Amino acid sequence: MARNGGVAWMRTTDKIDGYDLSTSDTEEVHVLAVDDSLVDRKVIERLLRISSCKVTAVDSGRRALQYLGLDEEIQKKETNGFDGLKVDLIITDYCMPGMTGYELLKKVKESSAFREIPVVIMSSENVIARIDRCLEEGAEDFIVKPVKLSDVKRIIDYTTTELREGEQREGARAKRRGINKRKQREGDDDLSSSPPSTLSSSTSSPSSSIQSATAPSSPSTLDSPTRRLKMTSSE
Amino acid sequence: MDVVNQLQRQFIDYSASLHREGFLDDQFTQLQKLQDDNSPDFVVEVASLFFEDCEKLINNMARALEQQQGVDFKQVDASVHQLKGSSSSIGAMRVKDVCIAFRSFCEAQNRE
Repeated sequence: MARNGGVAWMRTTDKIDGYDLSTSDTEEVHVLAVDDSLVDRKVIERLLRISSCKVTAVDSGRRALQYLGLDEEIQKKETNGFDGLKVDLIITDYCMPGMTGYELLKKVKESSAFREIPVVIMSSENVIARIDRCLEEGAEDFIVKPVKLSDVKRIIDYTTTELREGEQREGARAKRRGINKRKQREGDDDLSSSPPSTLSSSTSSPSSSIQSATAPSSPSTLDSPTRRLKMTSSE
Repeated sequence: MDVVNQLQRQFIDYSASLHREGFLDDQFTQLQKLQDDNSPDFVVEVASLFFEDCEKLINNMARALEQQQGVDFKQVDASVHQLKGSSSSIGAMRVKDVCIAFRSFCEAQNRE
């Protein structure tokens, strides 16, 4: 694969059929890392590789969208829409010129193809308002830099759990997406008390308890409460 | 072999003193742990990238500060912010601390 601009490729395999979560050779998580700083990119890349992940590092939000195939200027008409490996997790810096991590987060969450992908934001500034805003927009987690191995391990751990659960939930989720579109915007505080596997059962009971989204946030056990914009309550 | 041992000891002593004097912090130790046989030059590579980054940023800052028609503190601040980020990622604690101080000068628009 050719090297281009700010994109570092590790290796590509032919997993073009997107939802092939049970990968045949390995169960490596594929992470898309986005950071404008070369030093930070190098560090995060290493942290991820040591945690047995495949990494694609890019230097801007724009390039990240291009990689995903979401860039408006570059129309990707593939039905599966993946430019390479399926991305299991996006980890991005907040402060970047051009498109901030927050804007990238929004774009990912707005896309139907990619909103399921958990997005983690990194920032050197520990600003509560910023953290809240990101979590509200659907970020999985918010890490304060400098990033340590323990941070990365934690994220990979629950992403891997997510993926495994995802196989079970996939069908349920698809159904839920249609019915409960508005629910995506609602809080998921309940999740913290229930183990992730309960999600599949939640579809059968359209309870009044607000269940969160399909989307990214399920890993409940973490201390990052994902709060959503409350639109309506149950159906 | 003796020479190797000596060098190793010197390295350890030097590292320890850098930590003690506050030049390096725990993040640097973290990075050292990430180095292994698969990536034997990791620390060197990151450090080199850091130095290049520093050079570029410091040049930017110098240029911004030398402006005759008035210093663009926003630009200086942006560079310092980036430098602070890189230095904190690599564990260059002192550099990071200096950056923090520097930024408050920028905010105060204090050229001195």
